Amino acid sequence: MKLLEYQAKEVLASLGIPIPPGRVARTPEEAAGACAELGPVAVKAQVPVGGRGKAGGIKLASTPDDARSAAEQIIGMDIKGFRVPLVYCEGALDIAREIYLGFTVDRDARANILMLSARGGMDIEQVAEESPDAIARLYPDPWRGPLDFELNQLVFAAGLGEHARALVPLIKRLYRAIPEHDALTAEINPLVITGDGRVVAGDAKLETDENASFRQRALEERYSGVLEGDPYEVEAKKRGLTYVSLDGEVGIIGNGAGLCMGTLDMVQRAGGGAANFCDIGGGARAEVVENALTVILMNPRVRGVLINVFGGITRGDEVARGLVQARDNLGMSLPLVVRLSGTNEEEGRAILKENGIEPGASGWEAAQKIVGLTR
Amino acid sequence: MAILLDAQTPVIVQGITGREGSFHAEQMQLMGTRLVGGVTPGKGGGTHHGVPVFDTVAAAVRETGATASGIFVPGPYAADAIMEAAAAGVTLIACISEGIPIQDMIRVKAFLRDLPETRLIGANCPGLLTPGQAKIGIIPQRFSSPGSVGIVSRSGTLTYETMAALTAAGMGQSTIVGIGGDPVLGLSFSDVIALFERDQATTHLVVIGEIGGSDEERAAELLGRGSRLRTVAFISGRTAPEGKRMGHAGAIVSGNRGTARSKEEAFRAAGVAVAETTSEIVELLGAPVASHGGDEG
Repeated sequence: MKLLEYQAKEVLASLGIPIPPGRVARTPEEAAGACAELGPVAVKAQVPVGGRGKAGGIKLASTPDDARSAAEQIIGMDIKGFRVPLVYCEGALDIAREIYLGFTVDRDARANILMLSARGGMDIEQVAEESPDAIARLYPDPWRGPLDFELNQLVFAAGLGEHARALVPLIKRLYRAIPEHDALTAEINPLVITGDGRVVAGDAKLETDENASFRQRALEERYSGVLEGDPYEVEAKKRGLTYVSLDGEVGIIGNGAGLCMGTLDMVQRAGGGAANFCDIGGGARAEVVENALTVILMNPRVRGVLINVFGGITRGDEVARGLVQARDNLGMSLPLVVRLSGTNEEEGRAILKENGIEPGASGWEAAQKIVGLTR
Repeated sequence: MAILLDAQTPVIVQGITGREGSFHAEQMQLMGTRLVGGVTPGKGGGTHHGVPVFDTVAAAVRETGATASGIFVPGPYAADAIMEAAAAGVTLIACISEGIPIQDMIRVKAFLRDLPETRLIGANCPGLLTPGQAKIGIIPQRFSSPGSVGIVSRSGTLTYETMAALTAAGMGQSTIVGIGGDPVLGLSFSDVIALFERDQATTHLVVIGEIGGSDEERAAELLGRGSRLRTVAFISGRTAPEGKRMGHAGAIVSGNRGTARSKEEAFRAAGVAVAETTSEIVELLGAPVASHGGDEG
């Protein structure tokens, strides 16, 4: 789960990392109140994507009236597909220096990597590309976490030795987000060093692991309801489906993530566009297919559906009967093309044909068929 | 003849009395796998599918001499199950379980660093299968046939589909290895390719990758340095949007990293043919190869 900035900062604060004074505002009135209390503030849209400033989602306000009108403009705005549900009003900092601190999963190393750089406030991936030596790196032992001397080395390697006394304990606190919250990525960029030598989190990103939600209920319960989310993805999640909304017109169901992604690719290659990704898993059981079709047909942009199933242990004739039943239960009238292969594929295809469903011999042929039918 | 697994390998199943573990243990036996036991804490002393059940992996290894294990326990317990197997001396571990926290897997990887003999496949994978001999995991054997094509893949059903197409075209397989769809994995593409490279029975190779991470790029580099295997690569997810996880926890494009394009270009640069659709995999594998990174083949 990607936390919003104010949520990430609440978590950082709970770990003992200083954050600037700030208030969440759900209405322009609350934003005005926050400014009256805090003085000049930055009014910041809360969405889980970068580039808020460029999109007009961050405005400075020196008076409560300014803050009110800034919030009026920002709340409800659309930023990269997310409707802004609320703003975070944050007091100004006396910035002497901006640095970078973060951790993420280094997939190649199969390990967590801590990163520190004197170049704060810039895109760290750009820094990594242009001057990789400007980033100091540490792979902490995942069983015991980083030791003081390792962090000391990290801080000196980053050329920030003069701030070691403040930075070493702060990095240690940030690292606690891994064992305590199953965090996968955290980024404090910039980490601000103030005129009086304090270290404060200027911005914050935090992503936690959905696979760990069985032991991390608290954060999810507290924060997951804030964003509206895509209505089809919300519905799919309720029904226990693995579903991602896309912007094309062909609904897709596949069994297996790789097979399903490959199906989206073939639809595009055939000149169409997929409306979604939907992986119904290995078994392709009838009620799961019906659930998936229900969600896909909620989307008015969908003009036809392509189902790509490879039956391994599940038999093709069973899958075919399930598909026919699902279509009939839903009274589906849009074009439907099914590519069914694997165990008992001949029997399965015969059942589809008898029931007026177009079978495709290969995934590629099926993709061309559905694109032709939905043009 | 094959890599990692053959008809002689003594195998146990962790979670053998669970629904998934029980079903697939039987499938493994049906294809001839030498299943010597199972583990379910609290059910030790009984038997299941005609093999003894033990409370711990250590006891199973002591009594049966098992060297390989298939893990079917729920995700929250799977990391511990992997470490239990490794600590008991099991050297081939295929973890089929999905939904394992990524930080658990990072700790497992650190744990395994002290056990260099242990090979972990997965997690969140279909396991491995040597046609006509044995399997650990859930790959349906009916689509396999013995032969000389090695397959290594991050996907499940896409692999079955490729196996079936190869078998239909008369091209049997040496071993099929599903390395899994998680971001932090046991064996990488490169690890498995290096094993196929040394296996004289394997002459052809299919690499099935997907978006996310850079294991495919590393595999391409390895193949580009010289290979005797005639290789075809396929990457799924070229139309996946940035920042969305496509089913597998590891299938995600982050910024400009992990794209299908980058992976395909890496394979092409290494002289490896890239299939545009799964049907093309068989065509390209059978077609004369114009340029190849190999120096022996």
